Amino acid sequence: MTLAAEAGAAGPKPPAHPQASAEALVDVRDLSVSFRMTGNIVEAVRGVSFHIEPGETVALVGESGSGKSVSALSILQLLPYPKAFHRTGSVRVRGKEMIGASESLLRSIRGNKISMIFQEPMTSLNPLHTVQRQVAETLFLHRKMNREQARARVLELLSMVGIKEPEKRLDSFPHQLSGGQRQRVMIAMALANEPELLIADEPTTAVDVTIQAQILDLLQDLQRRLGMAMLIITHELGIVRKLADRIYVMHEGKFVEQGDAGKIFSAPEHPYTQLLIGSEPKRRRYSPPAGTPVLLETKDLRVHFPIKAGLFRRTIDHIRAVDGVDFTLHEGHTLGIVGESGSGKTTLGLAILRLMRSTGSIRYQGRELQGLGFKDIRPLRKQMQIVFQDPFGSLSPRLSMAQVVEEGLVVHHPQISEAERREQVAQVLTEVGMDPSTMHRYPHEFSGGQRQRVSIARALVLRPRLIVLDEPTSALDRRVQVQILELLSDLRERHGLTYIFISHDLKVVRSIADHVMVMRDGKVVEQGDADEVLESPQTEYTRALVKAAFELTADASGAVSQ
Amino acid sequence: MSDRTAVVPSEERRAPPAVAAPPPPDRFLGISITPLTRRRINAFKRNRRGYWSAWVFAALFLISLFAEFLANDKPLIVSYNDELLFPILKTYPETHFGGFFETAAEFRDPYVQELIEDAGGWMLWPLIRFSFNTINYQMTVPAPAPPSGENWIGTDDQARDVAARTLYGFRISVLFGFVFVILTSIIGVIVGASQGYFGGWYDLLFQRFMEIWGSVPTLYLIIILASVITPSFWSLMFIMLLFGWMGLVDLVRAEFLRGRNIEYVSAARALGVSDAKIMFRHILPNAMVATITFMPFILAGSVTLLTGLDFLGFGLPAGSPSLGEMLNQGKANLQAPWLGLTAFFTLGTMLVLLVFAGEAVRDAFDPRKTQS
Repeated sequence: MTLAAEAGAAGPKPPAHPQASAEALVDVRDLSVSFRMTGNIVEAVRGVSFHIEPGETVALVGESGSGKSVSALSILQLLPYPKAFHRTGSVRVRGKEMIGASESLLRSIRGNKISMIFQEPMTSLNPLHTVQRQVAETLFLHRKMNREQARARVLELLSMVGIKEPEKRLDSFPHQLSGGQRQRVMIAMALANEPELLIADEPTTAVDVTIQAQILDLLQDLQRRLGMAMLIITHELGIVRKLADRIYVMHEGKFVEQGDAGKIFSAPEHPYTQLLIGSEPKRRRYSPPAGTPVLLETKDLRVHFPIKAGLFRRTIDHIRAVDGVDFTLHEGHTLGIVGESGSGKTTLGLAILRLMRSTGSIRYQGRELQGLGFKDIRPLRKQMQIVFQDPFGSLSPRLSMAQVVEEGLVVHHPQISEAERREQVAQVLTEVGMDPSTMHRYPHEFSGGQRQRVSIARALVLRPRLIVLDEPTSALDRRVQVQILELLSDLRERHGLTYIFISHDLKVVRSIADHVMVMRDGKVVEQGDADEVLESPQTEYTRALVKAAFELTADASGAVSQ
Repeated sequence: MSDRTAVVPSEERRAPPAVAAPPPPDRFLGISITPLTRRRINAFKRNRRGYWSAWVFAALFLISLFAEFLANDKPLIVSYNDELLFPILKTYPETHFGGFFETAAEFRDPYVQELIEDAGGWMLWPLIRFSFNTINYQMTVPAPAPPSGENWIGTDDQARDVAARTLYGFRISVLFGFVFVILTSIIGVIVGASQGYFGGWYDLLFQRFMEIWGSVPTLYLIIILASVITPSFWSLMFIMLLFGWMGLVDLVRAEFLRGRNIEYVSAARALGVSDAKIMFRHILPNAMVATITFMPFILAGSVTLLTGLDFLGFGLPAGSPSLGEMLNQGKANLQAPWLGLTAFFTLGTMLVLLVFAGEAVRDAFDPRKTQS
């Protein structure tokens, strides 16, 4: 197809298909992307059409694996060709065809007219280059600036993205910056050449809620000020609602719905869109049994990591990961521990189970756990279990599901026969909503949500009373999150379980916990009844956290770090 | 987003309802294997060059294991007075055939051959009628003799058949290498695993000890020790192990340092699984990846080291079939190029095959190539 014919043919189209204007910035028609895998071809994107007008914000929404990132990467032709290829379609940027374009044309677009920010700020920055060098790189490349001009421009950009005291940060390396600052540097890099379109691929997935709110504010502000267009790729509907003008909902490589943001949120038509929008963690309906005995109690629990220095490795100071935590947990209740990354909440969870050395008192059913040897604590292990965050790291790739789940039984009930063990494994798998006939399969055959169910089954098979859930839903799509949360509260009611639920996601915690503890820098900032703490927080910090999580707005009071 | 996530099935596209009974286990060479191992075997096969190298090497090694039946100075079967004799398996005195001496019969001796033929018997000889230490007394030219119908690639300067010596020499090199690899791997894995898993002072002190031990100039020490201890297969093995065991320690230690923080290891600890079982069942398979990947290269390295020692004259006892000694003879007898060339091509082929096979093994354990 010739470019001229295509550009002229921007006329009649089905009415449900919002039409690209003549001066569309990006016009994608009937794009499909396939990958050559060993032995077969995987179709990641199957014939999508979308367009982006100058100055507007468009969002591609979908779950992981829906093909949204791949679609966006096709615009800049950044896919691993020739492993990836386009069966059909055209991608035009300002009327110029990108598919099959020469390297030099692509280079003049990439990082210049269109730039990108990625999900993971740590790995997207070169750890060996200073901030100045990273940001200036595109300036040297596309603008042919000299050092002085570049330095001035870098300073301007850094202050534009809200980095305080930019002069001091010029010579910093990425590891010296916080997560939020790294993300800001990334944005500064992307903005260096005043692009007409900024593609943001899951820009806030890897950062804390407070940082997320700040970054979103920043993006919105920059977009207005610079008048650039934005393409946001995300699975998080909250972000879309806040930023996007138009939305494309993507599912299994196709658009199932598209239209104005307001319309899609108020009246979603496609069942999948309805499902996505309905997949917000609901408010808790469950009230814990009253007057149950205390199951777990900590007093002045501390985990300190020594900082050693000098020739003889003397301890000069401590990192106070957990610094004097007291709490009381009654049987059948759920304690939610919230905080930003680095607040010590995971360390606290590990210390409670004596998986990490700590000082202070941990009393389980009135019995002191500290100081118990491996043999003494072993019988208690079956009553206290843990479920981890990463559904990929928490199952050994070499063990089948049955082997994973039965390991605890082998340790604690070595006398039971293999047939009986398999029977129990099948039973617990059914309970977590897995098909027991798949128990001889290996982890790589299951999706993230299914793996998380297996992790829960592994904890559950010993019939514990207390389960520590360490970010069990953080790595999952919203829809799967909601399913796992429902499963967890179901199991809680059925078995009278007690949970310690660790999460950075306040929405999730609100939906399951009846008691909340807010942590910061190893200390408890606030704790109490979940509704009270989250509805009317008493401290500045909790207020900022709540505001960032539920309204996606940054707190200006400075209570949270940048 | 990587292409990996693109193919992860979404939640509602559940795995199809499968059979209730465990599926028939996937088997390789009769051993049931996990899907991960299956993917690795497939990746190994995809490296065609390495895959074929491994087979060729295995075939050569298998042939060399039967060296006694291929190259020997005794016949495979002797028929004497309607009696079938197997001289390779059993020693017969010359008197058995009506000779004078009580000593073992020399079947290459025309006198013995005559005795057997006169009794109406016959002899079935191996392909090469020389063993590695058989001296050919019936040569018409001075040793080293050039290739001929009798000595296919000539003889060395002691009139021993080069083809037979190559066959036996290849076998002893590879056997030495295999034993060395297995022993260093066992020691390396045990030491590395305990250091990585327990860490702390034990790790710190052991690492310093290894730094000192590893800085000893190995070759000179081997030469000195070899002149004190009578060299034999096992004494050489012991000396080389003294300094060779450290190669894998750091790799395995690093895997265990990393492995003890993997979430499924923490989960196993939370279940109350014992340290030994965690190390063996959960972390060791990860560490074995590094170990197995390095094995072919260690094997190649030890073959080279043994050849080097033989070449210098500090290796296997005098008279043993060894490629290093053959190289040395080639150096001393430049007028007999078949000596040096044979040793060179044998070594070259062996090392090339091993390195190619090693590359395929490395591919097989490369997570980027086995993920699907």
